[in-house]
Amino acid sequence: MNDQDESFGGHETTCEQAVALVTDYLEDALTQEDRARFETHLSECALCTEHLRQIRISIAALGQVRVNDLSPRTREDLTLLYRRWRNQDV
Amino acid sequence: MSTTRSPLAPHRAAGDGDAEPALESVTDPSERDLLARLRAGDAGAFTDLVERHHAGMVRVALGYVRTRPVAEEVAQEAWIGFLRGLDRFEERSSVRTWLYRIVVNRAISTGLHERRHVPVEDRELESDDGAFSSDGWWVAPPTHWADEAVDRLVARDMAPRILELIALLPAGQRRVVTLRDVEGLSSVDVCEIVGITEGNQRVLLHRGRARIRSLLEDQMRG
Repeated sequence: MNDQDESFGGHETTCEQAVALVTDYLEDALTQEDRARFETHLSECALCTEHLRQIRISIAALGQVRVNDLSPRTREDLTLLYRRWRNQDV
Repeated sequence: MSTTRSPLAPHRAAGDGDAEPALESVTDPSERDLLARLRAGDAGAFTDLVERHHAGMVRVALGYVRTRPVAEEVAQEAWIGFLRGLDRFEERSSVRTWLYRIVVNRAISTGLHERRHVPVEDRELESDDGAFSSDGWWVAPPTHWADEAVDRLVARDMAPRILELIALLPAGQRRVVTLRDVEGLSSVDVCEIVGITEGNQRVLLHRGRARIRSLLEDQMRG
């Protein structure tokens, strides 16, 4: 890949470009060159660094939603559903 | 500005193209054992599977239907589909991926979600990255809250509030964010379950996460 005419245009990365690449960065989907430019931008930009940290916190907060508690009612419904299936009732 | 293409364009062909979509998750040994017990008529094995997967199935259904009772109904119907298809399941994916696919099919085929005949809602295309000047610098920079908020936001008791925020996302973003960031599935599995390309998945994930960040920022201010 020719890195000279890639997305950052060869020199300065703007905040808008950096922010647009956050997901590709976290997904490890950037080329080595783009990754290096992204990281250079972050090292020089407190705002984009804060933005990336907030995205990471958002992802962590989303992960907390994965709770597997069931209500007694749901357990009961599903036990019944299983019995009906066993009796070829559903 | 010398930018020649959208920075959101996929940077690599990997995952977008010709490779057969090999699911990353296969049936793990403990689930294989559960399936064997279930096929042998062990009701306890069904209970175990329900404890592991039902809550997630309801969350996935909420990507397609609006209310919790309807999502619950879809998830219960999916269990019937699962039991009926038990003998045909070849264990080439994880039980979870299989169950979620049944949930999605149920949600769509029972016509419970308001189908739209456009592939992507307009709101899906709105960017929540922030406000930038014409030369690409922050106009409305993110307010500084990461340090003080991390303990508060990444806490179990925030879960109901976060669920409310997820419900505010447009459907495509809601589905992808739920499967990736809540349920923790791989992008390959998510593409398979939702029926979208890798590139599309990444765009929806990007916008969904950006919107959640922006909603959390509003919470910080409020």
